[in-house]
Amino acid sequence: MILVIAIGNVFRRDDGAGPAVAEKLRGQDGLEIIQLPGEGTELIEAWDGRDKVLVVDAMRSGRAAGEIRRFDGLRDDLPPDDFASLSHRFGLAQAVEMGRILGRLPKSLTIFGIEAVEFGQGLGLTSEVAAGADRLASEIIGLTTGQ
Amino acid sequence: MTTRVIKVDALARVEGEGSLHVRIKDGVIKDLQFGIFEPPRFFEAFLEGRDYAEVPDITARICGICPIAYEMGAIQAMEDIFGVTVPKPIRDLRRLIYCGEWIESHGLHVYLLHAPDFLGLPDALELAKTDRALVEKALRLKKIGNDILEIVGGRAVHPINLKVGGFFKTPPKAKIRALAEDLKWALQASLETVKLVGGFDFPAIEQNYQFVALRHEDEYAIHEGRVVSNRGLDIPVRSFLDHFDEEHVRHSNALHGVIKDGSGPYMVGPLARYALNYDKLSPLAVQAAKGAGLGPVVRNPFQSIVVRAVELVQACQDALAIVESYQEPDAPSVPFEIKAGRGHGATEAPRGLCYHTYHVDAGGAIRFARIIPPTAQNQKVIESDLAAVVSANLALEDEALKWRCEQAIRNYDPCISCATHFLNLTVVRE
Repeated sequence: MILVIAIGNVFRRDDGAGPAVAEKLRGQDGLEIIQLPGEGTELIEAWDGRDKVLVVDAMRSGRAAGEIRRFDGLRDDLPPDDFASLSHRFGLAQAVEMGRILGRLPKSLTIFGIEAVEFGQGLGLTSEVAAGADRLASEIIGLTTGQ
Repeated sequence: MTTRVIKVDALARVEGEGSLHVRIKDGVIKDLQFGIFEPPRFFEAFLEGRDYAEVPDITARICGICPIAYEMGAIQAMEDIFGVTVPKPIRDLRRLIYCGEWIESHGLHVYLLHAPDFLGLPDALELAKTDRALVEKALRLKKIGNDILEIVGGRAVHPINLKVGGFFKTPPKAKIRALAEDLKWALQASLETVKLVGGFDFPAIEQNYQFVALRHEDEYAIHEGRVVSNRGLDIPVRSFLDHFDEEHVRHSNALHGVIKDGSGPYMVGPLARYALNYDKLSPLAVQAAKGAGLGPVVRNPFQSIVVRAVELVQACQDALAIVESYQEPDAPSVPFEIKAGRGHGATEAPRGLCYHTYHVDAGGAIRFARIIPPTAQNQKVIESDLAAVVSANLALEDEALKWRCEQAIRNYDPCISCATHFLNLTVVRE
């Protein structure tokens, strides 16, 4: 069973990219899906002891809207400021580093960032980000079905 | 003549976006601004026109760390309007979930956000490299707090199980009782925490604070009480706006809390609660405080970390007592009739007193909402502390002074996101 952690707030437009991917994956065999707001300590608790974990989150790095970036959580340093952090600047990037220091990362950790542009209040993704979420959902389904 | 400018553009280890700007001319502070540039969030405006029953779910969104403070203040204000009194088992569950919020919030702040300041480390990641066991302890404390929120509130962030009149569902006895073992560990961990942080070196500064907090006859006030101060104020929550107000200042997107009698800044939060409710602490919490060298009133803001740890002891003990005696209530909530009126509610959020008032029409729609969060109230006293800290430390180099100022701000565990409704530091030395 692969754990998919979708991070984001659907009430802040493109920050809902992670939850949008989660919605498309729901019902897919072999996946356990949880949605979290992105608070770092909670992420560590969620992935600790798991075999295979995928994390999906909106990011803002100045690339084209909807572009998907992939990081290996066990090896790559995540850009510390490109993922939103829910609280006290202890978010995904810091949770990955803390997990590494404490030996509390899963055996496999892949992080997908969807480049987002609009974080204002309201529902609904911008079209490029929605398209990116669709592509990422298909990619994850492909990964799980071996296609 | 020399001018120094100390500037922090984005404060670390605080919640939200804030800054600090200090201009010093010939060794005298000419300008000091604790700025909040987190954009205004307009929650009160969202609430107008919504149904009273939606208020806990909307206000829970104000904060990811202290949602219970917002939910419960709002619920109490509605219950004030409708004339609802909840029976003891429901009241106990409310106190339990609030203790959970204190445990997760204080646990996070004491260890991961504030302790690095006293240990000369930049952040919790460096702390984890030097003292892994300490960080593991913090993570476990935080998880225990979160577990309480999840079991009583339905989920740890923005809980969904609280409503006007009680809860949607009451948690089964077995799940609540199962928290006991973790809470016994948390209580021991909290006592060790008081010892540890009590041994830190604290910059010497004493301030003559005007403390404001809730006080309750039967317990260390968390979720209910009268509003009291160390200067003789003792009022019911409904009179809060007769004595307190907020004003706009140019450098902050959060309104500054003011006391109407013109007596200057006032402080809410752990030091205020502790000073005004010392006699309501448990004997174990008092013993821990004394062991750490604290008297009944603490005026050194840097020792707030010790007071938070003492409050952790109290919260763990209270939570454990409720857990061990928990019986499922006959009904998860009490019935009531909707009526028009104005109501008030206040609770002690981890960062201090949080006040709500609402006006509801006969159909239950909200016509007016006002929320005064703790960080908004503490802005003036934070600036007053900063002035004292800068004046006492003019000999420090800019970088060291900047560090000390940030530490002084973190004494308040400010939640800027809540208040905007934190920090870039600029120091100008002329």
